[in-house]
Amino acid sequence: MTVDVTIPPGKNRQTSSFLNDPKVRGYLYQAITILVLAIAVIWITQNTIENLKRANIASGYGFLSGRAGFDVGQSLIAYTSDSTYGRALVVGFFNTLLVAVTGIFTATIIGFIVGIGRLSKNWLIAKLSMVYVEVFRNIPPLLVIFFWYSGVLAVLPLPRDSLALPLDMYVNNRGLAFPRPVFDNGAQFTFYAFVLAVIASIAFVRYANKKQMETGKRPPVLWVVLGMVIGLPLLTFLVTGMPISFDVPIAGKFNLTGGSVVGPEFLSLFLALSFYTAAFIAEIVRAGIRGVSHGQSEAAHALGIRPGLTTRLVVVPQAMRIIIPPLTSQYLNLTKNSSLAIAVGYADLVAVGGTILNQTGQSVEVVSIWLVVYLTLSLSTSLFMNWFNAKMALVER
Amino acid sequence: MAKRILTALIGAAVMGIGAHGASASTLGDVKAKGFLQCGVNSGLAGFAAPDAQGNWAGFDVDYCKAIAAAIFGDVTKVKYTPTSAKDRFPALQSGEVDVLARNTTWTINRDTALGFNFRPVNYYDGQGFMVRKSLNVKSALELSGAAVCVQTGTTTELNLADYFKTNNLQYNPVVFEKLDEVNAAYDAGRCDVYTTDQSGLYATRLILSAPDDHMVLPEIISKEPLGPAVRQGDDQWFDIVSWVHYALINAEDFGITQANVEEMKKSQNPDIQRFLGVEADTKIGTDLGLENDWAVKVIKGVGNYGEVFERNIGAGSPLKIERGLNALWSKGGIQYAPPVR
Repeated sequence: MTVDVTIPPGKNRQTSSFLNDPKVRGYLYQAITILVLAIAVIWITQNTIENLKRANIASGYGFLSGRAGFDVGQSLIAYTSDSTYGRALVVGFFNTLLVAVTGIFTATIIGFIVGIGRLSKNWLIAKLSMVYVEVFRNIPPLLVIFFWYSGVLAVLPLPRDSLALPLDMYVNNRGLAFPRPVFDNGAQFTFYAFVLAVIASIAFVRYANKKQMETGKRPPVLWVVLGMVIGLPLLTFLVTGMPISFDVPIAGKFNLTGGSVVGPEFLSLFLALSFYTAAFIAEIVRAGIRGVSHGQSEAAHALGIRPGLTTRLVVVPQAMRIIIPPLTSQYLNLTKNSSLAIAVGYADLVAVGGTILNQTGQSVEVVSIWLVVYLTLSLSTSLFMNWFNAKMALVER
Repeated sequence: MAKRILTALIGAAVMGIGAHGASASTLGDVKAKGFLQCGVNSGLAGFAAPDAQGNWAGFDVDYCKAIAAAIFGDVTKVKYTPTSAKDRFPALQSGEVDVLARNTTWTINRDTALGFNFRPVNYYDGQGFMVRKSLNVKSALELSGAAVCVQTGTTTELNLADYFKTNNLQYNPVVFEKLDEVNAAYDAGRCDVYTTDQSGLYATRLILSAPDDHMVLPEIISKEPLGPAVRQGDDQWFDIVSWVHYALINAEDFGITQANVEEMKKSQNPDIQRFLGVEADTKIGTDLGLENDWAVKVIKGVGNYGEVFERNIGAGSPLKIERGLNALWSKGGIQYAPPVR
């Protein structure tokens, strides 16, 4: 044995217990763990396959091309009961994505406002922010969803007595109805103009930064950008003869007809997820700002930089390095919490998948699809946030 | 949520273990554990709902009791598993429940692909619509554009899609997983229409905040034969569940009731003697794996089919559902049982 060679002759008796070598023991433990894990996985798989066979349940993903036969309340893509199960799952996936993306967007904005608010010297703002965080952080997300669904949206008036909002929008207990733009021939030019304005704006901001670096003077970025982004499409719109009209909601026999409607299911889920996650983001933001050495802002003050600019240019960029990693976790949490949709009947991936599971009995397949989709969503979010983190990280020169 | 999904996956895998254990002989398992595990609705007035004391009662619950009576001679030897429309099938597939008596529609898909067996239909139902009287709707064909509340995982959901499609009507489905969520949403005015089996509509109407403001539309858009379901692959158990229902029907046919069953044992009618297991050298119960007087125990436990019906959903209940199709074949209905011979 090679081990014997390295051991001094006096300690020959110990050769038998080579297990005492921490390195060997480490490998052994890892091997045992992997073995146990592999056996467990193989056993579970075989047991499942065998029992599915016993129960005469077909397996495989062939069922995805079958006719779904059920309707979905809200869909971003064309879908009817004649569509396939696979398409129904895609509808659910997009609905999950919709609520996750809009939720993340809103939660971030609310979170940053509240987080900075907690640090405000204004007593009222600081206390209000604190109450917000403590209330939403200490309530389970499901209750927050029910609060919005049953407590706020369900008590809105019936469709016949809809509350009218400006711009032909209406609110009732069936959701928020708003005019839907109808694009006629020529409308694409307005869209092109908008894209062009955005590209031009980006170029202008770069030019402004360069100019500021060279001369210390900054051109009026805000006004120019606003002028381009709003003015250019508007001008095109007028020149091409106003090709966009609006389909306005009007009272029908049962509901408002026409326009677009966002149902209370989506609204309650979206609001609940945004408000709930924002409470955590607020704390992360507060921690991040507190984490920036006080000397930094003092130094900025000493240089005569105004408080607003100090926060924006000195404190927040440094705080971001602390904020981003835990922020990623919150984004992942929000995406996963969106599966609570089932409680209010929002047709997300889990709800639609559940219906399919129930109709086809393909539980293992449907659950595996859920797993893969959520895993992919989470990993993509992580990847993006890691990239963003690397970009924001301290560049050492 | 990831954890929930993981648990579900492990559950899906482990569910096999349960099925494995249970598939040998359900009757043996039930006898060994000393009670029947019965899957019921989580709360549908008249069919299965816990009363103020927490005791389960209803039409489907009486079927659980009847099966327990046939096996143990004791209607209390049942444990109830309340299930939603969605999780009732995994519960039966996994062996979590021995029998599913949960107003479940017998369809070819459930009979084959899902791995269940159905035979007796204990309630012939059909899907209908309920609306507010204030809408002034007289027919389901006037419902275009309506928001419809429906429970997911049901044949109802599919019939609804088909009906509106065939008749070229638009609708907006509002879908929930649990019955009480559907009820609450309809009651709150989230939808204009509530759809489910007609028996369910009558049951639900009673628990709305103002039952008299709602009406059931005349259309019946589907056939909904409801009955108990068991797993495939255990013929003996399937026979027991089927014949408990046939015993209830036959008892009504013979005029045997909970009150007079002891007296009827002295009857000179050979059919009744055979049915009640008092014939000499009979194997009427042992062939099923039960005692020969199993039918007596069933009738003593819950009465005959007519009594079960009237007590829970018929004239003797707040639902007041007519017998209709569910009357005996000899009285204008289609409830019919094979002979005990």
